[in-house]
Amino acid sequence: MTDTPVTDRRAQPRGTPDRRKQTREPFVEFREVHKAYGTKQVLRGANLTVYRGEVMVILGGSGTGKSVTLRHMLGLEAPDEGRVIVEEEDITDLPEEELYRVRKKFGMLFQSGALFDSMTVFENVAFPLREHTDMSDEEIGRAVREKLDLVNLPNTAHLMPVDLSGGMRKRVGLARSIVLDPKMILYDEPTTGLDPITAQKINELIIDLQSKLNVTSVVVTHDIQSAFSVGDRIAFLNRGVFEWVGSMEQARDSDHPVLREFFRSSAVVAAQPTR
Amino acid sequence: MTAITDLPQAEPAQPNLLHRMHDRYESAMLYIGQITDLAVQTVQQAWRGPIEWPLVMAQFDQVGFRSLSIVGITSLFIGMVLALQTAYSLADFGGKLFIGKVVSLSLVRELAPVLMSLMVGGRVGAGMTAELGTMKVTEQIDALRALATNPVRKLVVPKVLATTLMFPLLTIISCFIGIIGGLVIAVASLHLSANFYLRSVIETVKYNDLASGVFKTFFFGFAIGLIGCFNGLRTTGGADGVGRATTVTVVTGAITVLILDFFLTKLFLLAF
Repeated sequence: MTDTPVTDRRAQPRGTPDRRKQTREPFVEFREVHKAYGTKQVLRGANLTVYRGEVMVILGGSGTGKSVTLRHMLGLEAPDEGRVIVEEEDITDLPEEELYRVRKKFGMLFQSGALFDSMTVFENVAFPLREHTDMSDEEIGRAVREKLDLVNLPNTAHLMPVDLSGGMRKRVGLARSIVLDPKMILYDEPTTGLDPITAQKINELIIDLQSKLNVTSVVVTHDIQSAFSVGDRIAFLNRGVFEWVGSMEQARDSDHPVLREFFRSSAVVAAQPTR
Repeated sequence: MTAITDLPQAEPAQPNLLHRMHDRYESAMLYIGQITDLAVQTVQQAWRGPIEWPLVMAQFDQVGFRSLSIVGITSLFIGMVLALQTAYSLADFGGKLFIGKVVSLSLVRELAPVLMSLMVGGRVGAGMTAELGTMKVTEQIDALRALATNPVRKLVVPKVLATTLMFPLLTIISCFIGIIGGLVIAVASLHLSANFYLRSVIETVKYNDLASGVFKTFFFGFAIGLIGCFNGLRTTGGADGVGRATTVTVVTGAITVLILDFFLTKLFLLAF
């Protein structure tokens, strides 16, 4: 597809070893998932499989249920109908206490960062370690510094969330979500609300983490540039179902009308002349 | 020719009174059911432990120590006005002599527990709702759950434990300060001797009276903490939602205290 100006950055050499150790082993599966909020039907029989080691991008317009999909993966929401499977375990009907065990497999970056306002950056990142490990203060300090370095935020440990910019909040949120070394990272609109340079830094960070941590990732976005920067496959959510799923290369040539329109709109925005 | 879609659409039917009453009843039942569920979870989590004592101590400070000024001022003036009103209304019967009895019994059995709970309940309940409501709308509660941490154990238990244990203590302080308020008026305005007033108080107030007043406030404290947390955790709709939830907490908390007060007083009178 030639009218899409976006490029797959991973096609270019980045000086890092190939991070993709993908298998065809499913990590998360959605089977005919339905979800409604009041009278608004959001998911209408959604089917999706995320394989271990891949970066799956969930693309779709505003209000189509992308974030709802992520929340179902974590068990933060239960489907009205259908099943959600995580590592071959059906988590659909698990009680909240049981879900805590499942959630330790995940790290989630919320759209706003969702940092705890009353805690410093250090305490935010240390929180999961204090909750779920017996590590000493010294070990926790070391682990927190390591993760803050990983997200390029050294020397910020003493700051409060209110002192951080939007991009920094997301990076601290990311450090907190990976501090327990999860198997899967969920990103909810990681670049929304950021300027293009900061958004690109976040994209690079996602790719960097993928190569260093060798995890499975799901990135929810409506930012085409970001999708092509970080993704291995795209799942296009429209009218409550994943209407199109395939590789990034296939996505460019897809004849799905709404997906094509999505790419075309993005191309038009990117090609707008500056005044 | 007018297209079918251009034809005037029928106005959606306005729900009649019966439907509205049914909806109200349904939402009230849902509210009661959900808050009962939170109460059960709170007791379960507190029972199972571990209780996060540093967080509980912070709440003791927030609910107890920082409420001392509001309790002190309220109780002092209630005691003073009670003394004035008693002297005025019982003037024909030599009411001045009964001031110690009336002030102390009214305060210990009823006024201190209820007024203290209304004042402190409004203050701490609204604060809890605003705090948890803000956490809810900024996804911090979801972040807690996503980090495999139970929000009830981490946030609700310390707050409810603090209100349940602090309200009785604040009530005792309120009784004491209220009686001092009565003493001030008795001596300064009504020219009674302090000795006479205090002896009258000591002879009147029995352990039974104090127990009746203090016993109720365990329940008031539990209810206020629970309502404050519950309304915070169910907040939706951004800053506007937080404002609405806070208002609901103050109103619901006050009504709950007054209703509970009647039934608990009745229960105590029947039992003892």
